[in-house]
Amino acid sequence: MQKNYTQTWSQRAVPWLFMAPALALFLVYVILPIIQSISMSFYQWDGIGDKVFIGFQNYVDLYYDPQFWTSLWNNILWLLFFMLAVPFGLGIALFLNQQVLGIRAVKSLFFFPFVISQVIVGIVFAWFYDPGYGLLQDILALFGAGPLPVLADEALVTYGIIAAGLWPQVAYTMILFLTGLNNLSPEQIEAARMDGAKGWTMLWHVILPQLRPATFIAIVVTIIGALRSFDLVASMTSGGPYGSSSVLAYFMYEQAIFNYRMGYGAAIATVLFLIMLVYIAFFLWRMLQQER
Amino acid sequence: MTLKKTLMTGALSAVFATSALAGELVINSNQSDPAPKAAWAEIIAQFEAENPDITVKVNEYDHEGYKSAIRNWLVTSPPDIVYWFAGNRMKYFVDRGLFDDVSDVWEDNGLSDTFASTKASMSVDGKQYGVPYTFYQWGMYYNKDIFDEYGLSEPETWEEFIEVCETLKANGVTPITIGTKYLWTAAGWFDYLNLRTNGLDYHIDLMDGKIPYTDEGVRKTFANWQQLVDGGYFLENHASYSWQEAQAPLFNGEAAMYLMGNFLTPNLPEDINFDFFQFPQIDPSIGMFEDAPTDTVHIPARAKNKEDARRFLAFIAEKAQQEKVNEVLLQLPTNSDAQPADDKFLNQGSAMLAAADGTAQFYDRDTDPAMASEGMKGFQEFMVNPDRLDRILTNLERVRQRVFR
Repeated sequence: MQKNYTQTWSQRAVPWLFMAPALALFLVYVILPIIQSISMSFYQWDGIGDKVFIGFQNYVDLYYDPQFWTSLWNNILWLLFFMLAVPFGLGIALFLNQQVLGIRAVKSLFFFPFVISQVIVGIVFAWFYDPGYGLLQDILALFGAGPLPVLADEALVTYGIIAAGLWPQVAYTMILFLTGLNNLSPEQIEAARMDGAKGWTMLWHVILPQLRPATFIAIVVTIIGALRSFDLVASMTSGGPYGSSSVLAYFMYEQAIFNYRMGYGAAIATVLFLIMLVYIAFFLWRMLQQER
Repeated sequence: MTLKKTLMTGALSAVFATSALAGELVINSNQSDPAPKAAWAEIIAQFEAENPDITVKVNEYDHEGYKSAIRNWLVTSPPDIVYWFAGNRMKYFVDRGLFDDVSDVWEDNGLSDTFASTKASMSVDGKQYGVPYTFYQWGMYYNKDIFDEYGLSEPETWEEFIEVCETLKANGVTPITIGTKYLWTAAGWFDYLNLRTNGLDYHIDLMDGKIPYTDEGVRKTFANWQQLVDGGYFLENHASYSWQEAQAPLFNGEAAMYLMGNFLTPNLPEDINFDFFQFPQIDPSIGMFEDAPTDTVHIPARAKNKEDARRFLAFIAEKAQQEKVNEVLLQLPTNSDAQPADDKFLNQGSAMLAAADGTAQFYDRDTDPAMASEGMKGFQEFMVNPDRLDRILTNLERVRQRVFR
């Protein structure tokens, strides 16, 4: 009896023991900073002086700050339009999924934008949009349109940055779909063909259902990419003109690092965290369902 | 050599390195552009030659990174010397007890006489907290060839200035170039318009958060600004360009004037005749006040080697060092005994500043950083959409009440 008890006890303890290092790291580097940020959002702090507890004042300030609503709206635009990366990536993947001489080289060319740094992508697109010497202006001139300062126009700037962001993101989703296409079951396709399926019917009823795991991952990474959109905003416009292209992540960075408002930055981070939590919860819920 | 032996020697040399720290002076510098970097290297070599017991170690940072990094060092383990800026930027750290009081350096070296013009900007409650090494003028740099072509002369009053703009515009020349992508160039315009419209005391009170942004005086400043915006005198699409990119129209003759600091002059091309004039007077009852940003060196309160740091401060206050560094920077030495380089723009600038009724530092150096970044965004938005003035000022007033509460 005694022996049995020890055995079950050790059986229970061993998994925890093995998980302990990972749990400890997760606690120190993920859970604690989250708690710390949330608690910091109730203080007014410039990073070096004394912290002053101000309750929910930072959140009240956020509510009255037009910059917050602009950034939140831009985040929504990012979420919506960044989703274009999924169908575009699928389209290119289908197009590239063929056995032709040199297709590997072509595939790697299409993948290229994902490999280079986001900051480089930002600078390249900023040059592309430049109203003085940008390529876009030459293209517009072909149609007789005047120079269009995309990055200086408050109505266009966010779309301009999202377009730049789509370039590497499409490459990413393309790779996900290409690997998915490699794992299609040839028997099912053969059987569908026997039954007379082709074109759209084939794609919609036979190929896409088999690509569901790839699609799911593509959507998740695109959502996260949209919410994290920071590098492009920072390198292309620094949130300008007058804050109209800012997103929550950049807004937080600007307030905390340049305006020395750590508490306010933490409050923005908390809001962003709550938005992300919706997607994380959905993701976890689906994962658990699949495991069952 | 075995691995163990290598590690041993490594450890030993580390021990020796720490023991050598006694006479080591650590300097964190933002003077990372090629020319100033070379000038400072020369000055530091000279300092080491005159003080053989001190070895200097310089860490260089880029300008923007430096501004946020300095906040980390000052509260943790600071170097012995930091580069920084006079006025409110310095006061911010002084108020938090992070800069050392160096009034003794001023007293021992008689700096109060030779640095009379910058003493106020280096003082908090009558004590000095650093030593300045350079300052420079702001004003209107213009293409004299274009002015001559249309028979224009340097405007001295607001009416003359508007007339110059009108003539240039009628002849297809962009009167004023500006690139507001990084915002601060618009703050230069705000500073001058406000100084000329309301004077220095009003301006400083506004910077200190004592006057609301919705005040009648601020509105008067913006009304003058609106005259320029509505006239279409500024470069089109200015929000797309950095200050460097906005130089291009000036250099190829498409634009005529540029309100800028003297750091513009090293870039001026040789083949065009450029000249300088003081920002014109708007209200004759208001004195002629100028922006003259001052760059400085300080000793952090937690520095380890304050004794040698004081010797360094005294050294760079010397006439010879001030002349050397300002000759390279093409700026004005803060030591009144030191001669500026013989340069057309510096001569005009030093005469103008000597005659000025008072000086400010610059918008983002005079006011709180959180106020400055929102304010400059507002200026940029105003220059693109002047019809939104009411909304912009209401928002700035909300920011002011929060920042200075």
